[in-house]
Amino acid sequence: MSTETMNMIEAINSAMDVMLERDPSVVVLGEDVGYFGGVFRATAGLQRKYGKTRVFDTPINECGIVGVAVGMGAYGLRPVPEIQFADYIYPGLDQLVSEAARLRYRSAGDFIAPLTVRSPFGGGIFGGQTHSQSPESMFTHVCGLKTVIPSTPYDAKGLLIAAIEDNDPVIFFEPKRIYNGPFSGYYDRPVEPWAKHAASAVPEGYYRIELGKAAVVRAGEAVTVLTYGTMVHVAMTVVEEQGIDAEVIDLRTLLPIDIDTIAASVEKTGRCLIIHEATRTSGFGAELAALVQERCFYQLEAPVERVTGFDTPYPHSLEWAYFPGPVRIATALAKILKD
Amino acid sequence: MSDPQARRAPNLTPLELHVPEPRFRPGDTADFSDIVVPDVDAIVRPAEGAKPDTIRDLAYGLVRVLDSDGRAGGSWNPGLSTDRKLAMLRTMMLVRAFDDRMFRAQRQGKTSFYMKSTGEEATSVATAMALDRGDMCFPSYRQQGILIARDYPLVRMMNQIYSNRGDHLMGRQLPIMYSAPDHGFFSVSGNLATQYPQAVGWAMASAAKGDTRIAATWCGEGSTAEGDFHSALTFAAVYNAPVIFNVVNNQWAISSFSGFAGGERTTFAARAVGYGVAGLRVDGNDPLAVYAAMEWAANRARTNHGPTLIEYFTYRAEGHSTSDDPSAYRAAQEFAAWPLGDPVLRLKDHLIAEGAWDEDRHAAQAAALEAEVKAAQKEAEKLGILGHGMHQPFETMFQDVFEDMPWHLREQCEQMLAEQRAKFGPDWEPR
Repeated sequence: MSTETMNMIEAINSAMDVMLERDPSVVVLGEDVGYFGGVFRATAGLQRKYGKTRVFDTPINECGIVGVAVGMGAYGLRPVPEIQFADYIYPGLDQLVSEAARLRYRSAGDFIAPLTVRSPFGGGIFGGQTHSQSPESMFTHVCGLKTVIPSTPYDAKGLLIAAIEDNDPVIFFEPKRIYNGPFSGYYDRPVEPWAKHAASAVPEGYYRIELGKAAVVRAGEAVTVLTYGTMVHVAMTVVEEQGIDAEVIDLRTLLPIDIDTIAASVEKTGRCLIIHEATRTSGFGAELAALVQERCFYQLEAPVERVTGFDTPYPHSLEWAYFPGPVRIATALAKILKD
Repeated sequence: MSDPQARRAPNLTPLELHVPEPRFRPGDTADFSDIVVPDVDAIVRPAEGAKPDTIRDLAYGLVRVLDSDGRAGGSWNPGLSTDRKLAMLRTMMLVRAFDDRMFRAQRQGKTSFYMKSTGEEATSVATAMALDRGDMCFPSYRQQGILIARDYPLVRMMNQIYSNRGDHLMGRQLPIMYSAPDHGFFSVSGNLATQYPQAVGWAMASAAKGDTRIAATWCGEGSTAEGDFHSALTFAAVYNAPVIFNVVNNQWAISSFSGFAGGERTTFAARAVGYGVAGLRVDGNDPLAVYAAMEWAANRARTNHGPTLIEYFTYRAEGHSTSDDPSAYRAAQEFAAWPLGDPVLRLKDHLIAEGAWDEDRHAAQAAALEAEVKAAQKEAEKLGILGHGMHQPFETMFQDVFEDMPWHLREQCEQMLAEQRAKFGPDWEPR
């Protein structure tokens, strides 16, 4: 299959394009996704190509967006609702937590909710406290939901196609800081476009990346770094700068988590750093730390460390003091590798 | 801390917080003589394609077909054949017999919970009869009449209520939270009004696909206060969805009277007016009026004239559920004083007035239906009652969380089975 250089938005758009073409039950809905093509342009051109009954704008009402998607799923469609920012998802939470996530269980498979809820998440774009949040651990805590977070254009397309084809509800969080290029963590340096990154070579047609499989993006012996989304790139920058032989694992799917890849790596390195942008307390890092010590306690040579956002709302002007950037990561790595 | 009182301007009237209070409490004598019960010809049935802004009055009236003498009249009279009306009566009586039996089963400790629909049978039986079998219903928790009207086997309902070996929901759901896709009956949630936007989504999908089936959904007047209700009305209005919103206004949401959902100010049908949706207020204890309203709304939806909201003005004759004691919060003889009567008796009286029915046949039918329910109960109990060991196999607890069981659930399932072996001995085997 021929490839094309794509940024993350183009790859996500291409995934929906492929699925709208392949499967007449796929519908795309959300605020501003239709004629305009989405505030981040993720659905650009799709309404023109597939028509208004398959790609359409919705009222500003996340409860309604998710609720009608559940009903469409019950009818037999495969809806792909967009929540414009992850920060806006909370009005739709009951429909996700009590309805979509439990419909298969409570009806013993009479009805399913095969929706894929796409939503840009994370900070680093001066979005303030209502356009920067990372609420993934609120969804990994819900039984019946899958949570997927890509970190490259190639993965974004393959994972999104797999998510749309999945018969369970999937929360698909897109790290908006890296829509246009990978982020080193140095906000004062020019943005590097995706075109310079190998993972911007995206096949034009259909391909899947299986959900529940992590990717080892850098093999190493000294320490295992568990991360996802934007922080994959920040972690890679710091590891290379510091000359640390780290094994960097991009989790890609948080639930179900790829425990085998994690355990094999930590058993090998004996050290583990967990990095996420979300707030610290009860964040997904807490689950990862618990899993690692349950499985690998006797191989560990240092306490598991977490690098995270602070337990405050995402500040506007002090964004870069909040962001878990190179200094915080380098400090934690030095601490883990001390002994 | 400063005293908020000290900030009050001395020359202005103090503000007052209004907390609604029902008119009658335990010990009071309920008097509903102020409820206006219009004549059957007070409200003229508009054309099914009428624009919502031309029929706003219907949201404030009360559509009726049966008068106080049991005669059918007025422009809403659906003109049903005697056979159809007899079938409607029989189905409502079957629902009542079923409710009585299952309520008793709960009191006998055979299950954990039950909810009766006594006095509200018309709002599910007559509505279901006015829909096509292929139309999709998104019910709340008190619409067992839909299933019974669609000939769903009583034994299957009871298996669900008992969470026994025959329960196709694997004993996962609270009793009465049925699911029956083959009977056009969506899985009952238990969270309130969540089914409202889902019904709109189903209707939107049907319209987007050029299907001919429509959707209908039910909630109580209390849960019209939920955000989901208003989300649903907004989406239905925006997309002209072929959906019917049924609001069963039975006056009580557990112990909260309809005033806590805004009922002191306006009707619930009037919620439709602000959305530009057709709204009807109907005598919910008049089975023929209920049928007529649903038929009108269904024909509208089917011909792309969009959504309708129907308020059924009725009364919850029994407690909210087996866990409720209404004598603690409302006057004892409210149902007896209710000016719109009892839907079963009203249809019975109508059929007797028409010469198609009599007291003897009615009594015989009641006894026969009671026996039918009793026989079904006997069948269901062969498969077990709640808490007596004949539940679903243990490992079903972990099935259907996802389509395929991920590793962490397989691990937890093993742990649970090991716990059972620890409890019951090494020879224990999961059934």
